[in-house]
Amino acid sequence: MSLFLETLIGGLLAGTMYSLVAIGFVLIYKASGVFNFAQGSILLFSALLLVTLHEAGLPFVLSAALTMLVLIAGAVVIEHTVLRPLANRSPMTLFMATLGLSYVVEGTAQGLMGAQVHALDLGIEDVPIFFGDVLVSQFDLIAATTAGTLALVLALLFNRTRIGISLRAVADDTRAALSIGINLNRIWQIVWAVAGMVGLVAGVMWGARQGVQFSLSLVVLKALPVLIIGGFTSIGGAIVGGLIVGAAENLAETYIGPFIGGGITPWFPYVLAIAFLYVRPAGLFGERALERV
Amino acid sequence: MPRRARAGLAIPLLLLLAFVGVPLVGTEYWIGAILLPFLVLSLAGLGLNLLTGYAGQTSIGSGGFMAVGAFATFGFVVHGGVPLPLALLLAGLAAAGAGLVFGLPSDRIKGFYLMVSSLAAQFFFEWLFQKFPWFYNYGSSGTIALPRIAVFGLDVGSTLGRYYLTLTIVAGLTWFAANLMRSQTGRSFMAVRDMDTAAAVIGIPVYRAKLLAFAVSSFYLGIAGALWAFAYLGSASVQSFGISRSFQILFIIIIGGMGSIAGNFIGAAFISLLPLAIDHVAQALFAGHVDAGLLQNIEKAVFGVLIIWFLIKEPDGLARLFQTIGARLANWLRP
Repeated sequence: MSLFLETLIGGLLAGTMYSLVAIGFVLIYKASGVFNFAQGSILLFSALLLVTLHEAGLPFVLSAALTMLVLIAGAVVIEHTVLRPLANRSPMTLFMATLGLSYVVEGTAQGLMGAQVHALDLGIEDVPIFFGDVLVSQFDLIAATTAGTLALVLALLFNRTRIGISLRAVADDTRAALSIGINLNRIWQIVWAVAGMVGLVAGVMWGARQGVQFSLSLVVLKALPVLIIGGFTSIGGAIVGGLIVGAAENLAETYIGPFIGGGITPWFPYVLAIAFLYVRPAGLFGERALERV
Repeated sequence: MPRRARAGLAIPLLLLLAFVGVPLVGTEYWIGAILLPFLVLSLAGLGLNLLTGYAGQTSIGSGGFMAVGAFATFGFVVHGGVPLPLALLLAGLAAAGAGLVFGLPSDRIKGFYLMVSSLAAQFFFEWLFQKFPWFYNYGSSGTIALPRIAVFGLDVGSTLGRYYLTLTIVAGLTWFAANLMRSQTGRSFMAVRDMDTAAAVIGIPVYRAKLLAFAVSSFYLGIAGALWAFAYLGSASVQSFGISRSFQILFIIIIGGMGSIAGNFIGAAFISLLPLAIDHVAQALFAGHVDAGLLQNIEKAVFGVLIIWFLIKEPDGLARLFQTIGARLANWLRP
């Protein structure tokens, strides 16, 4: 029983790391209907930039602030050069454009700052904590708290501020939002910048765990099943989806893995997502779209 | 001259050039290291284009189906003792079966959601062919290689032999695909792509068309995977068919042109030649002082920029661009 609990809790906590990545997707998808494949490379870019600045001798807070400035500038540039010319094109075209964008960001990041693995020490010691006889990683607990805080901050941003309300208006009905004078381009810039910040947080957490390196940008692929399960348009869904994926993949590895050779975590979440889609084609919290001919 | 007549002349000329001209003037390096991968990538692009460009089902799992083709060919030859041409055909069918299975969710799942299914295929097959040593005949490194490449007793292991083998297969399959897309099947693919709800309303069996597209596409990808492993690389492992291969194939059809047969060849040529061009420019500019890793990253960034540029300026790809230029030229030449 304690093995089951340990696996479950470990999986749930690891799942919050997926949620962190998935939240960045949801933000952009809500505001502009773009499935932003480049989120993973932005995650890599921001973590790499922060580490490089930090290693160059700047204090951590200053490096983080500079990275955020670069992310904001990046959001404005992306909005101008990619999103604006592609406005009103099919979602598939936009998706492929972000695929191209991910290549640009990855190429730039690794071209400028090198491809070697950087260690990122947040000063959190990864000591196991015992609750009764269940073992929990301290690092995972902190990651989970971070994800929770981030979700709370974003929820406040969306529900209490002027920007958040206009953002929701854009997500709800773009044309109506335009007609009451909301500046769509500005909203896109803000959303991409906020998603960049979320990417930074996720990049730092993932980077501290496995080193800042290229494989960070592949985290994006794990976010896809999370989004499928949680729905593309709900931040709460992203969190629940991350928890489900994390727990399910950990449990599957422990209880199904040994029977079929193990190492099934790379593909298990996708199969889970397909199974979910069969039951609920729009995800747990997604909105079902009506189709007209 | 009417369009069909012009096109009718261009293709025999191209084939003549490929079958006779290239072996006469091409060097070993050009044929073995540039033309061969170009042909195989074109075939893979064609496979994905049938699914994504014609039937509108996005997939980023091409590498997985290519791996099925390669490992199945190896399996049929080594474990089954099947001669190579038959093994290729059977491997294509195995890949088609795999494609069919991962296409099953397409009746309920559309668009982005369907990409999950193709990603499942990609990672599942990577895992499968790595985890079970039976697939690579219990070798220590997990690589597969054929002892001898022969067709009907004729050894085609030389560079030129492998080139002819690949060229024949690619030409035949391209001809088949072009005709298939002009048939009722191809038309129903396009109807499904343009709007599947509307296609269902006018009586097209949508699910059957989608499944057929998955199967045919995977058949092509499977053959391409086998050729990539044995005709081009010589020996291959799962890493030869990773997710970056899937993206490469997707880029071929974006750059070349979705829903175009010629576009696959143009896109593949572009993707094979661009790294060479960047390499040459960098060598000329910095005289060999650029480090290979940096060059690779520059290449990557340039690729990304080109993808975005194409999507903005020429969403129908290079194939359409060439067509427009050709039409303008013809207009201009006309007295």
